[in-house]
Amino acid sequence: MANDATQSIQDPATAGEDQYLTFILADEEYGVDILRVQEIKGWERPTPLPNTPDYIRGVINVRGMIVPIIDMRLRFGMEPLEYGPTTVVIMLRVISEDRERVMGIVVDAVSEVYSIGDDNLQPAPDFGTRIGIDFVRGLATVEEKMILVLDIDTLLGPGLIASEDAIQEGQSA
Amino acid sequence: MSMDMSQFTEAFLEESFEGLEHMETELLALNAGDEETLHTIFRAAHSIKGGAGTFGFSAISEFTHGMETLLDRMRNGQQETTPEIVNLLLRAVDVLRGQLQAARDGGEADPAEAAEVRALIEATLGDAAPDATPDALAPTVGGNVDGSGPENGPGDSDGTPRGWRIHFRPHADLLRTGNDPLRMFEVLEELGELTVHCDAEGLPATLEGYDPEASYLAWTLELRGDADRADIEEVFEWVEDECDLTIEPLETAGDSTGAHPPADPAPDGSGPESTPPGGEDSAAGAPARAASKPTESSSMRVNAAKIDALIDMVGELVITQSMLTDISEQMEEDPSRVEQQIERLRSGLAELERNTRELQESVMGIRMVPIAQVFNRFPRLVHDLSGQLGKQIDLQMEGELTEIDKTVLEHLGDPLVHLVRNAIDHGIEMPDERSAAGKDPTGRVTLEAYHRGGNVVIEIRDDGRGMNSDRILEKARAAGLLRPDQNPEPHEILQYIFEPGLSTADQVSDLSGRGVGMDVVKKNIRGLGGNIELHSEPGRGSRVTIRLPLTLSIMDGQLLKIHDETFVIPLIAIVESLQTEPENVKQAFGKLPLYRLRDEYIPVVDLAALFGQAEPSPMPDRALLVVAEADNQRVALRVDDLLGQQQVVIKTLETNFRRVPGTAGATILGDGQVALILDVAGIARMTSGRDTRAA
Repeated sequence: MANDATQSIQDPATAGEDQYLTFILADEEYGVDILRVQEIKGWERPTPLPNTPDYIRGVINVRGMIVPIIDMRLRFGMEPLEYGPTTVVIMLRVISEDRERVMGIVVDAVSEVYSIGDDNLQPAPDFGTRIGIDFVRGLATVEEKMILVLDIDTLLGPGLIASEDAIQEGQSA
Repeated sequence: MSMDMSQFTEAFLEESFEGLEHMETELLALNAGDEETLHTIFRAAHSIKGGAGTFGFSAISEFTHGMETLLDRMRNGQQETTPEIVNLLLRAVDVLRGQLQAARDGGEADPAEAAEVRALIEATLGDAAPDATPDALAPTVGGNVDGSGPENGPGDSDGTPRGWRIHFRPHADLLRTGNDPLRMFEVLEELGELTVHCDAEGLPATLEGYDPEASYLAWTLELRGDADRADIEEVFEWVEDECDLTIEPLETAGDSTGAHPPADPAPDGSGPESTPPGGEDSAAGAPARAASKPTESSSMRVNAAKIDALIDMVGELVITQSMLTDISEQMEEDPSRVEQQIERLRSGLAELERNTRELQESVMGIRMVPIAQVFNRFPRLVHDLSGQLGKQIDLQMEGELTEIDKTVLEHLGDPLVHLVRNAIDHGIEMPDERSAAGKDPTGRVTLEAYHRGGNVVIEIRDDGRGMNSDRILEKARAAGLLRPDQNPEPHEILQYIFEPGLSTADQVSDLSGRGVGMDVVKKNIRGLGGNIELHSEPGRGSRVTIRLPLTLSIMDGQLLKIHDETFVIPLIAIVESLQTEPENVKQAFGKLPLYRLRDEYIPVVDLAALFGQAEPSPMPDRALLVVAEADNQRVALRVDDLLGQQQVVIKTLETNFRRVPGTAGATILGDGQVALILDVAGIARMTSGRDTRAA
């Protein structure tokens, strides 16, 4: 456990360390910056949106705000999982194009909160798959587990939002 | 002494902008000899001058002074009201607006323009009284002035000074004897137009030894008008022995600008301090600028009656609430009488519903402002344009009091300006051309606003030459919007004017050819949830109709069920709902269902399929259709069930996502579920768009 990156969680002020909330997708663990997590909700059926990719499940009402819900398994091209009692939605603040949006991601389950130092973040290798990896901030090892730390601003940013927008615009012109 | 003046400065600026608008409107309506209007304009100029002086915008107050003098002469009949003078005053209004904006936002007003306009005003003033010496540029009527004063009369053409300069330096004890300079000034103000400058040099530099009951200040007052010297002396009668007082006729005081720092310039502007306004402005205005916010304030004025009504309603709400509390307590105390209490509870809830609805309406009403706020800029625009183009134009405005949501209003200005410009530039012909066509040489442009249904309708009409649909067709083909073999109806051709890249003007003029086309106008109107249509008759004129939602945030909706999803369709878009009759269900190309409604074939939309949420299903013989219309296009939505009608609060999907074609946003239903609001115009476009894609 020499390179165990878990430090005292009670001490988030440690220089160069950020806290991450991790979640599970098909037994893999992913981390997101905890400061961007607004709340964690149970799954509820969203209202589907027309002509959007399947990973955009629709929108739900969060205290009067209309929030889109994105299924992470579908986003990463993984097998879909039936939504069950442990399925959770993590509400994230996504900042892109000088705007802040709130979006929910559907994950299998929420796992832990870890402090991970920047030094312990390794750059992601070339996955050589069709999945672009520009939204992976890096890989960390915590308690012998691999955690993929995600950059949610890229993952849920303009690329995801604008998808098909161009087609639609052209169509309506 | 670093009191925060910024809030007062802000109020002054806001009022001044309003005053300028008034001046502009009145100037445009000004006819020769219309004294009442002149008075109004004069008062507006006067208060701007006074305020500017108080807040240290000396360039503004100096500049306004010249205007004021000119206006004063006009109302005294010494200066004729000519179109040239009115134009000059309008230019002056622009300069003032620039200066005020500079004062508000920081930045520089254009000193050259200010100097030029000022010089023109001075030249006009000079012309009006060519034989007068600078001392008596504006001799006033009256003539009942006590001419005994030694200072009185040098060089006056009719022996009457046009006002008095009063130096008033109270002795330290003046306040202790119960005298108040302010009251005296108020009396003076009744005698004529009063300008007050305070000299605070007598104030001790530190608080040490400062006597709060002593008077340290001195004043220089300028009283314009035909007041009698004796009247002024009477005002100071009680304090004669407690102050140093000199009263001298205006214009003769050589020391007027030397000894008393912030004194007004002589009305003819020939005083030693008539430096170019720009330079002075930057110096004097600087501190105030730093304090004022650089952005336009987003405050709005609300009719006090609206606020009062709101307070009343909140009062009722509180009563209803306590009634409901009371009912619940009684139910607990005496369960045997629950039956009766339920009856009361029901009526209480009905009351609450009424309160809520009224409150909602009133709160929305606060945001409603009369459309006049946008219309007001047009008389000036038309005035300027007709002058520039040599066209004669009569602008008619109707329904200015029609109220519209402030947000809608704010985005309405630019499109409307563009449309009115177009009407004048391209629509209205030159006077001789009109005469030759047997029309009144004066063209007419009408702006009208009215409410219809839940919409505000704005029409811009002109009686000009109308649109040349052949040219539009030609251009549309050239721009590739139409295939050569396509021959749309004349009415449809006209709508191509709203497509990007189409301008039918033979020569692109300075006015309309600014690269902002009708497509931008349409985009803006669409962005507000509205529609725009054009009608035109060659030789008779054009009419642009803009339909806008009353408010952007609430609308009446019809709830529908389609494939287990609940949707909301704007009630206004619904033409009718009907049960299909098998003989009227038609099919085109084997897959495109049409429904024959009276003499019209309407495309039937399978919304779930269009939205990519289900496989297209064949059209059953019996189905429920909702026929909806937008943008002159009708579509029939196949729905599974019609639910209730209700007011819905529109929420945009763009806040956290993006615009979704086919929807006009979303709303939250009573059970907390989100329902999408359908955009009928968008669905119509998607329907036709999908068909071409599928082909």
